Amino acid sequence: MIRTGEDIQVVQQSYGQALKRATARIVVCAGPGCVASGSPLVYQALLEELQKRNLYTTVDCLMEEERDGSGMLVTNSGCQGFCQQGPLVRVEPEGVLYTKVSPADVLEIVDAVEAGAVVKRLCYREPDTHQTIVHEQDIPFYKNQVRVALANCGVVDPGDIRAYIHRGGYQGLAAALERTSEDVIEIVSRAHLRGRGGGGFPAGRKWAIAARQEADQKYMICNGDEGDPGAFMDRSIMEGDPHSVIEGMLIGGYAIGANTGYIYVRAEYPLAVKRLQQTIAEATKYGLLGNRILGTDFSFHIHVKEGAGAFVCGEESALIASVEGRRGMPRPKPPFPAVAGLWGAPTVINNVETLANVPRILTKGADWFRSIGREQSPGTKTFALTGEVENTGLIEVPMGLALEDIVFQIGGGIRGGGELKAVQIGGPSGGCLTKEQMGISLDFDSLQEVGAMIGSGGLVVMDENTCVVEVARFFMNFIQNESCGKCTFCREGTLQMLRILQRIVDGGGTEEDLDLLVEIGEMVQLGSLCGLGKSAPNPILSTLENFREEYLMHVLDKRCPAGVCNNLRRFVIQADKCRHCAQCAKVCPANAITGSRTESYRIDQGKCVKCGACLSACRLDAIEEVY
Amino acid sequence: MTNTATNLQMFETGSSTNFLDAVLAKHGSEPSALIPILQDIQENDRYLSQEAMDQVAHALDLSAATVYGVATFYAQFSLEPKGKYVVKVCDGTACHVRGSLPVYEALRKRVGLANGTFTTTNGRYTVETVSCLGACVLAPVITINDQVYGHLTVDAVNMIIDTLEREGEHDD
Repeated sequence: MIRTGEDIQVVQQSYGQALKRATARIVVCAGPGCVASGSPLVYQALLEELQKRNLYTTVDCLMEEERDGSGMLVTNSGCQGFCQQGPLVRVEPEGVLYTKVSPADVLEIVDAVEAGAVVKRLCYREPDTHQTIVHEQDIPFYKNQVRVALANCGVVDPGDIRAYIHRGGYQGLAAALERTSEDVIEIVSRAHLRGRGGGGFPAGRKWAIAARQEADQKYMICNGDEGDPGAFMDRSIMEGDPHSVIEGMLIGGYAIGANTGYIYVRAEYPLAVKRLQQTIAEATKYGLLGNRILGTDFSFHIHVKEGAGAFVCGEESALIASVEGRRGMPRPKPPFPAVAGLWGAPTVINNVETLANVPRILTKGADWFRSIGREQSPGTKTFALTGEVENTGLIEVPMGLALEDIVFQIGGGIRGGGELKAVQIGGPSGGCLTKEQMGISLDFDSLQEVGAMIGSGGLVVMDENTCVVEVARFFMNFIQNESCGKCTFCREGTLQMLRILQRIVDGGGTEEDLDLLVEIGEMVQLGSLCGLGKSAPNPILSTLENFREEYLMHVLDKRCPAGVCNNLRRFVIQADKCRHCAQCAKVCPANAITGSRTESYRIDQGKCVKCGACLSACRLDAIEEVY
Repeated sequence: MTNTATNLQMFETGSSTNFLDAVLAKHGSEPSALIPILQDIQENDRYLSQEAMDQVAHALDLSAATVYGVATFYAQFSLEPKGKYVVKVCDGTACHVRGSLPVYEALRKRVGLANGTFTTTNGRYTVETVSCLGACVLAPVITINDQVYGHLTVDAVNMIIDTLEREGEHDD
């Protein structure tokens, strides 16, 4: 039970001493990527091997028996980030990182840890120089990152509150409770922490509005409805460092005068729901949630609300409707939730990552936060780096880093040495940036200027085998499905845009369609109530502007240069290579291929169903696919 | 065949009154309990039957239209029974650009789904797409009853279904 700030420090110190007494700590990543590639089996094998050798110990044992070097710890952690190389195993305190570990490697790892050696063959190898890199912090993927929101993610055991406290956890809360709520808001305002969920609205200002309201009941809501396809940062924080979210909510609750909080988590994240519930139970047991926290008059309770699968619920007023048990439909603003939100009470809604930043701002100060990133976008931003890049994973960088640094330094460039074509940022609300725009600074305002947005932070890298028109159709399909149907422009406009885009990828588009897309897009932006509709045309408008050439090829030449759009594929038999064997004609399901022993075979493009069967049937490589 | 028969029987019966009572006791009868209650019923029955929705409306003192409205608004709820194995094919951006649709088509073909349907006639499989599972580094990825399978290919899909089919033979 923790009753004072000193109690926190006692836990911190005793846990720290216990860790120091261990000969080593082996941390197995239990992030979603590593789990799916088999990390639970690695964990189990490590546990059994250590037990067999009588080397296994736990933090509790080390706390009781105050003896040095009395064993090794093996713990799980949340996402360590370098998902491409998973399952990951890190050996502390040295920080040796083993990649792509299988249960068969466990013997060797334990041998090495015992002998104080390193299993070089399991370490990361730099693809260009073939140099083996032993320590995590020296790998380019990690070297260029700055971790604030993810400082504990992949480090602490998310199931042990003491591990979080050992890393300085709950000291932000203690610092906040020593101050007046006005001071706390002032610190967060001075740090200029902007909402990480996409909007970029200053958290301090939101808190100040809610704090000003005279009301018996106020609410603090954590928005964990991370619905952007291609984004998993909030998931990683909720699963890998859930206490930082709880602590952020506690501080926010104290600042605005709320005693109840809700965490709204999307239904697709069952592990995050479970983890958060366990975390709330643990924090309550330690007295860090509940009544009279740290001996003050401040009481706070948190409930987890599971979403039910609706993207629009990431929008504040829709989220509130959903918590209240209604259809998640946005309503006009004002009044803003900070004035009249959940059940009409003043409500602050902050995104997961925003809240995870709050405790650090309280412990390290606003000036420290402002020293990272840009003047108008201070701090860091997490990104989910995915798509056709060598190193996919979860990253965190200072705001304002150039996009090319992320793609080429951290991401290691395009997979298989391919050519970069575009980077999609901000999911269905964002846009596609071109090769020429790679120098752009990643912060709220620079992206806004080019019609994209940071969104929640999905970065999907695309190479020349990606068709941007098809990607635009993909996003419009998503948005059209997820439009709640309240505003006519969003409901009908997205449907019409989807139909036009479908027509274009199917080969029936015209040049006028492109103008029509712009016209409808601009109307949808103007005529929609919430952010979903307002930003829905972004992926189309930005690709129309940046990749107009590719659209024109689709509508005028009926060609898809990436070879993605099935209806635009064309197969041609090269007469000089054809030996009249008739194999292609035999497999053609549409009887589109004709010819004879003397006459070379040809494909009737009108009959061709673009299945590609002839291409694989021809043994002479005489059939060519023309893009 | 017994397996199918049991499934069908279960579909018809829907929730028992006892189960509903327990769910109502757990979540209370405030309007805000509606979504959690429907979630529990969906998990237990694999769908929301009209009777179940009516009973919930009655218990929470809401109109049937309100309950129906919520049930049809959220993607998690289904008004038709879902299969024993619910296969969710992620069609998030990362999965999409790395070939989730061929995987989806292969799955549909392998389990024998007719055009416009999502659950096999024997009630064994439901195949659906979801917008993002947040496991983008594993793209393309699917889940089968919450078990995650990553880096999928058409061949891998067929192998997975073969395994499930073999397990199914044991059940019978």
